[in-house]
Amino acid sequence: MLGYYFVLALYSLKRSRIITALMILAIGLGIGASMTMITVLHVMSGDPLPGRSAQLYVPVIDPHPINKTNNKDLLPDGNMTWTDAMYLLHAARADRQAAMAAGASPVRPAQSTMRPFFDFGHYVTADFFPMFGAPFRVGSGWTVQDDEQRARVVVLNADLNRKLFGNTPSIGRTVRLKNTDFRVIGVLDDWRPQPTFYAQIDDRAFGHTDQFFLPLQTAQELQLDFNGQLTCWGSGGDARTSDHCAWLQFWVQFNSATKAHAYRDFLADYWRDQQTHGRFPRPEHAQLYGLMDWLANQHVIPADLDLQLWLALGFLGVCMVNIVGLLLAKFLRRSGEISVRRALGARRRDIFLQLGIESMVVGLAGGMLGLALAELGLWSVRQRPDGYAQLAQMDLVMLLGTFALAVVASLFAGLLPAWRACNVTPALQLKTQ
Amino acid sequence: MSLPPTVASLKRHKLTALLLVLQVSLTCAIVCNVAFMIAHRTTQLRQPSGVAEDELVMIDSTDLDDNAQPLVRHDTDLAALRQIAGVKSVAAIDALPFNLNDWSNGIALAPNAPSRAVATAYNGTPGELATLGLHLIEGRDFLTNEYVPIDSAHDWAGIDRVPVTIITRALVEKLFPGQDPLGKSMYPDDKPVRIVGVVDHLLRPHVREGTDSEYATLFPMLPDSNDVTYVMRTSSQDRDRVLKQAADALNHLDDNRILQHSQTFTQLRTDYFHRSRTMIALLIAAAAGLLFVTALGIAGLASFWVQQRKRSIGIRRAVGATRGDILRYFQTENFLIVTTGVMLGSLLAYSLNLMLMQHYEQPRLPVLYLAIGAVALWLLGQLAVLGPALRAAAVPPVVATRSL
Repeated sequence: MLGYYFVLALYSLKRSRIITALMILAIGLGIGASMTMITVLHVMSGDPLPGRSAQLYVPVIDPHPINKTNNKDLLPDGNMTWTDAMYLLHAARADRQAAMAAGASPVRPAQSTMRPFFDFGHYVTADFFPMFGAPFRVGSGWTVQDDEQRARVVVLNADLNRKLFGNTPSIGRTVRLKNTDFRVIGVLDDWRPQPTFYAQIDDRAFGHTDQFFLPLQTAQELQLDFNGQLTCWGSGGDARTSDHCAWLQFWVQFNSATKAHAYRDFLADYWRDQQTHGRFPRPEHAQLYGLMDWLANQHVIPADLDLQLWLALGFLGVCMVNIVGLLLAKFLRRSGEISVRRALGARRRDIFLQLGIESMVVGLAGGMLGLALAELGLWSVRQRPDGYAQLAQMDLVMLLGTFALAVVASLFAGLLPAWRACNVTPALQLKTQ
Repeated sequence: MSLPPTVASLKRHKLTALLLVLQVSLTCAIVCNVAFMIAHRTTQLRQPSGVAEDELVMIDSTDLDDNAQPLVRHDTDLAALRQIAGVKSVAAIDALPFNLNDWSNGIALAPNAPSRAVATAYNGTPGELATLGLHLIEGRDFLTNEYVPIDSAHDWAGIDRVPVTIITRALVEKLFPGQDPLGKSMYPDDKPVRIVGVVDHLLRPHVREGTDSEYATLFPMLPDSNDVTYVMRTSSQDRDRVLKQAADALNHLDDNRILQHSQTFTQLRTDYFHRSRTMIALLIAAAAGLLFVTALGIAGLASFWVQQRKRSIGIRRAVGATRGDILRYFQTENFLIVTTGVMLGSLLAYSLNLMLMQHYEQPRLPVLYLAIGAVALWLLGQLAVLGPALRAAAVPPVVATRSL
């Protein structure tokens, strides 16, 4: 019977070819646009460190003064002063903790054949590598003693290592960054978490990878170039190491939730204690954000993309209303035919099934078109010069999601018209003919 | 054609008509907001930066010499760049509109007072104003003896030694509304700086919403760190050649340096706004798609209705209705549906706008855009219904005598 209804559906759809084609096109466009944006947001809101993210937290103590002119800046950016970061680092109340800042440096290859070039890196403290589980291809990170002694050591990421040393072993060799020689002690296995959650969250959070890592205190002592936002207030010199310039990021790791709870109390105590010394004039208490909460809080997904998703869903909504309307008109026009079938003994259920199958055919055809359009949409997203562009690939979840959306959409679109049509009163219809 | 029969007939298709009204109103709500967003973003895109955009090229240089003396190095480099044919003037600077290199200070009007505005500091060598092509509307350019080094090695301490500044008109209006700013002092840090000039426009390196975008101060401070931007003014057809020759000239002088971001100002602007342009294109596509789908819905429903009512049309024609009457009947019906949709849509548009204002810092939707949306939908509706309505008008009266 289903096969017969399917043939009937095709026959009926063929009778109004243009309308059918346009219905399929509308549903395809709606699904294609929605799935493109859902996929982009899905890959962008993924976990940068699966399995580890639940243990990682950002302590936020807002050190800014109250009288900032711009209210929008009131959202804490998580940046810390050198004083606070060093206090938390040395207090070592978490299982692991690290302070860090972004940097860029001229890299000067030993070979005379290569011109010096700029590369991006991060200045971090010892716990950074074990805390984030950065995978080492060879060698390891440095120790807390190295941090304190301002050791001239560096960990390279795969790309920079290949660029400088090719396939020859690089451990123990030196890299000249700006004006200082650093000894290579480790090489990462192409570590590129997306987004680079540990840095200041900005336009470069996606698509950017750090190619070298040095001890933070060393970088500060050598006055290497820092990147990113530095906010100062009050006055007085030595901006980077003062207690009135916020620019460092700080991360902590706990093996259990109870420890996180205890750390909150510790932060609150520190905040209150510093307040009695005239610091931290803002009313917001010290906070502790989990990694995924932090990314949401810092709007790692650009607002424009959010807007594009809503636009696509709105478009899908209008397409759906459109199709419901068209199917309804189409089915009701066949009231006569339906009445004859009913009079000959077809149950409501049968009519409903027949018309339901007809709308499913439209929905599935639209879904297939939508899938093709979504692939096209994702291809166009990949052509954008944004950092997230390369992430825009459809995975199995999204593929199944597209089909599910197409089926659900066509079911919804067909439900109301089919129900209305199967409730046609046969006697009345037949009489008017 | 009087309205009552039209309304009465619509009552027989309550659900279908309701769906069409819903579709028109959703489209109206979205399209009004989208049109407004397009206009808003296009304005941002077109914002004048204040500099001579078609005539500027720049190149970033980072000196790698361990014992470099940046001030001397910059002077030598500038002298070499000046020799390039077609270069009208050059300057070493630390920031430009759209280059994201933003050093902003809170500006107070008394020592240790709360700051009134946050403004970008633009610093550069003598000739910066002329090179950038800034338009001085009041006061004068800096004098040679007013220049001091930024002192970037000591947290940019030059800001406490610089005697004078030139600020933008937007900042004047914020700091000294209705007053003559020349000769007045402001406090970007601890020490007073006297205002000697006003330029009409200069955007900040990061474009922001509203007048904040143009809060900028120019200081006669010489860049003195190892990395610097050289900006050259030339005629627009010479730009590519000048850029190439500039890189050669700088490397010829001393190649122990990294040159990067060698580009024209036009490229800089294009790159800065690429996201906005993508977004505008998507918004236009979405609006067009919505209107297309809605037109489709209107035309599709109308043609079903025409087929369904063939017999009644035939009867009406048989009892004396003209083709024009039938045509106008369908047009009136469409007008009724679209008008209801537009009215509902206006409410929806405003609620949507309220949500956008909360979450996406979108300004309030001006009534004009509702009018545009309404007119667009009326026109669209009439166009979409025209085909089916003409077919209806062509139904001959003899249909009335046939049975279906």
